[in-house]
Amino acid sequence: MSRQKIVEVWVGAFVLMSLIALSVIAFKVSNYQGLQERATYEISGLFSNIGGLKVRAPVKISGVVVGRIKSIEVDAKTYQALVKMDIYQDFNQLSSDTSGVILTSGLLGDQYVGLEPGGSDELLKNGDRLELTQPALVLEELIGQFLTKFSGDTSKP
Amino acid sequence: MSSTPKTNQVSSGWVNGLAYLGSGFIGFLSSLGRAAIFILSLLPAMPSALWRFELLIKQVYFAGVLSLPIILTAGLFVGMVLTLQGYNVLVDYNSAEAVGAMTALSLLRELGPVVAALLFAGRAGSAMTAEIGLMKSTEQLSALEMMAVDPNKFVFAPRFLATVIALPLLSLLFIAMGILGGYLVGVGWLGVDEGAFWSQMTSHVDWQEDAVNGIIKSIAFAFLVAIIALYQGYDAMPTSEGVSGATTRTVVHASLGVLGLDFILTALMFN
Repeated sequence: MSRQKIVEVWVGAFVLMSLIALSVIAFKVSNYQGLQERATYEISGLFSNIGGLKVRAPVKISGVVVGRIKSIEVDAKTYQALVKMDIYQDFNQLSSDTSGVILTSGLLGDQYVGLEPGGSDELLKNGDRLELTQPALVLEELIGQFLTKFSGDTSKP
Repeated sequence: MSSTPKTNQVSSGWVNGLAYLGSGFIGFLSSLGRAAIFILSLLPAMPSALWRFELLIKQVYFAGVLSLPIILTAGLFVGMVLTLQGYNVLVDYNSAEAVGAMTALSLLRELGPVVAALLFAGRAGSAMTAEIGLMKSTEQLSALEMMAVDPNKFVFAPRFLATVIALPLLSLLFIAMGILGGYLVGVGWLGVDEGAFWSQMTSHVDWQEDAVNGIIKSIAFAFLVAIIALYQGYDAMPTSEGVSGATTRTVVHASLGVLGLDFILTALMFN
């Protein structure tokens, strides 16, 4: 083999190795979903407190991921947090009285939105808004409530 | 009367100090200017370097393939050490499984691009400067010009493009090797559950925010290292001391430049 050919073979092997490394990083290490992008429809909900919820956090039903948070903004009328969610098309049988609650995975884990399907015959459609929502439980507020309750009890005769 | 020469001495000391500061600043500015002119003169030569495929491949071989051993070995050990250190802290919080996520995030966001660029500057950048400096001192660059061959097209542009191609690829390999090292130590040695190791990693590492930003960083570092290495060679005094000084400056400037640019990019990307 000529010297130029050897150089070319080595460079080819180098590029191939890098591509393998890139695919390992994409599919084994990160949550890359470029090739498996699923069809979604959008629903939204107003929450009085979202705690530490982030964009791209999961939306779950009974612990199973059914979508992702698309965007979080402040609603101009109510000044509550308007959370838009992309729900996978496979889960398009959600009743219109489905409720949403912001939960935390584990004691110190990330926050996600849990959906609780209701009993209505009507189904949620693209662009619908959840009627029933429950804000995130903020640890400081809980401790605050506990402390006021505790101090209230002791002040009673 | 006797105080006059003393005053003169003091004032000339001040003046000398100011002159020293001024000449240093002018020197810095003029070298920045020369670098800018060099980069601008390089731009028109870029397309032709893409067409001279053989030259480009050869430079990718010198810059990329020959840097593989140091990059792969360093990546493996960096990943192993990260996992070992992370495990010692995380095991106290009963979250030893998160060690995979921690290793992957540190490698993708910071250590992969930065350490690969530092090693590359030391291994390939310095070699490039020395080669070009030597070409200059043996008047090969002038000889090319005499033969109406543009050195920008034949010497500088292929090396520049080769660096921009090779360094991001090397960073990817560094990261992959680091994660392999983390896996070997975490799962193989420390006994972290394998499924949890990978699932924690995929749930914490975001493709867009972590992986793509890391690759963008690496490309930015490649531009910086290539410009510094080529410019130092181009600007070297054509003597043995000049070439050795330029080689040293390449490593120093490129390393500091990479660390400084890393801070700026991190502030832009992850804030």
